[in-house]
Amino acid sequence: MAAVLAVAEARNGELRKVAFEAVAAARQAADASGGGEVHAMLFGAPGISARAEALGRFGADVVSVVEHEALGRYSPEVFAATVAERLRASDYRAAFFAASAEGRDLAPRVAAKLGASLASDVTDFQLQGDAVIARHPAYTGKVIVTLRLMGSPALLSLRPGSITPSEQPRTARVETMAPAMDPAAARVTVTELSAQISTRLDLGEASIIVSGGRGLRTAENFKLVEDLAAAIGNAAVGATRAVTDDGWRPATDQIGQTGRLVSPDLYIAVGISGAVQHLAGMRNAKTIVAINKDKDAPIFKIADYGIVGDLFEIVPRLTEEIRKVRQNQ
Amino acid sequence: MKIAVCIKRVPDMEMRFSLASDRKSLDPAGLKFEMGDFDGYALEVGLQLIEKQGGEVVLLSIGPDGVQETLRKGLAMGAGRAVQLKTEDVPFDGLAIARALAAELKTGGYDLILFGRVATDTANGTVGPMTAELLDLPCVTSISELDIADGRGTARRELEGGAETMQFSLPAVLTIDEGIARPRLASLKGIMAAKKKPLEVKPAQLGEPRLVVESMTLPPDRPPGRIVGEGADAVPELLRLLKTEAKVL
Repeated sequence: MAAVLAVAEARNGELRKVAFEAVAAARQAADASGGGEVHAMLFGAPGISARAEALGRFGADVVSVVEHEALGRYSPEVFAATVAERLRASDYRAAFFAASAEGRDLAPRVAAKLGASLASDVTDFQLQGDAVIARHPAYTGKVIVTLRLMGSPALLSLRPGSITPSEQPRTARVETMAPAMDPAAARVTVTELSAQISTRLDLGEASIIVSGGRGLRTAENFKLVEDLAAAIGNAAVGATRAVTDDGWRPATDQIGQTGRLVSPDLYIAVGISGAVQHLAGMRNAKTIVAINKDKDAPIFKIADYGIVGDLFEIVPRLTEEIRKVRQNQ
Repeated sequence: MKIAVCIKRVPDMEMRFSLASDRKSLDPAGLKFEMGDFDGYALEVGLQLIEKQGGEVVLLSIGPDGVQETLRKGLAMGAGRAVQLKTEDVPFDGLAIARALAAELKTGGYDLILFGRVATDTANGTVGPMTAELLDLPCVTSISELDIADGRGTARRELEGGAETMQFSLPAVLTIDEGIARPRLASLKGIMAAKKKPLEVKPAQLGEPRLVVESMTLPPDRPPGRIVGEGADAVPELLRLLKTEAKVL
């Protein structure tokens, strides 16, 4: 029976949430194809093997640990060569990666090495005969494409948060695997890994996003947005392109066609008129709230709930009321 | 420096899409096309490099004759010549596209091969790193800063909650994120000059795709929202709705 592979992502010696999502997806695929084994791969500096057992909780039967001094940071060539070697060594039905910064870089390299099919940024999948069927949002989320992946292994990178990992405890066999190439021979090396503001929630992982636009008038006024996000507690802060272009916020905060595409449970748009370029990035949020002074602003056409008026009065009041709610919870 | 920039002609994302009768593609009626957003950044990076260090930018695009319009736009911005790899249908499979590009690029003697981070239509972001693998070249994806000197490069790429600085040797493949350089507008002089620049047409050697579109669907329109009220007095009602109706707080 064919096994399913999952590449478990770690950073700074810790497993990332997407590692469990990849393993859980592999478990689902293995169970759907008759209960084959799930093999996870974990790269890291010496000591990373201590994290291997945790992958068993989400359904990994085997964890292959690739420990090396040089692999505490991502090494595109070494990771790709080693994953490809593993996939060649046995009969794998599918392999799952995270559609994270690392997985989006790694998965296409492995697919090209193997001549395998790859579906990227997948939100849902199923096994169908010899093929894998995957759903993938394209055209800035305006079209959902159902893709057929032919041949084995089929490679999939999963959009973070699209799978809720459920615990399926088993005792994973932990084995070690040598890198398929000498890390010293890599032509690309990470020379620095900087954590920007590690306490800040990433836009792709946040279930609530508070986002600000030009209506805030100055960079300093973004504090209103940050205060609201802080009052909510588990919210990330985003911005429109106009705001990041003006340097009020870093470019990485931009939500829109040329920035991040997000789909949180709740999206609060503060002083955002709703340019098409911005809507492309957040139209798939479950619930959208808009606060804007112009009742004809396009943002109100896609918002579930809107308040028309002066954000400098509305947002502080909202922050205050949410603080009260949170205190009573 | 000899730099190749691979660009894609994509539909204008601001339009309202409808599906063709096969439910596997967009209805082409009324579609307007443009250069992919990130491909514009990649081209600007290439042009700035040759302005500083000398050399030539060559454009590549795969597709039907309509891509010539996109290639001419890139020539008007300052690229020296262009190659169309001709096919009537551009596959969804990034590896099929990468094969056709690699076949053309392998004998080109390029120092750098640049791509946009992702095509805004298919949203795969795979062709750059796949092409690098097929050509056995070092590759850094999704970069937001770049420095090239003495046959080596340094690039920065953004991660979730962090950033990586990577060093690489040339020749190399890079995919370009937003924020690195705003694409220039073509001047009238550039537009006139572009008409006379060489644009070569060759067949695209795509091979058999293993990733195919089964069907497409359009997500349902959002139900019309409502204005809860005006001013700060509407805040308690908004909170009530978020808690009891939307159940998101």
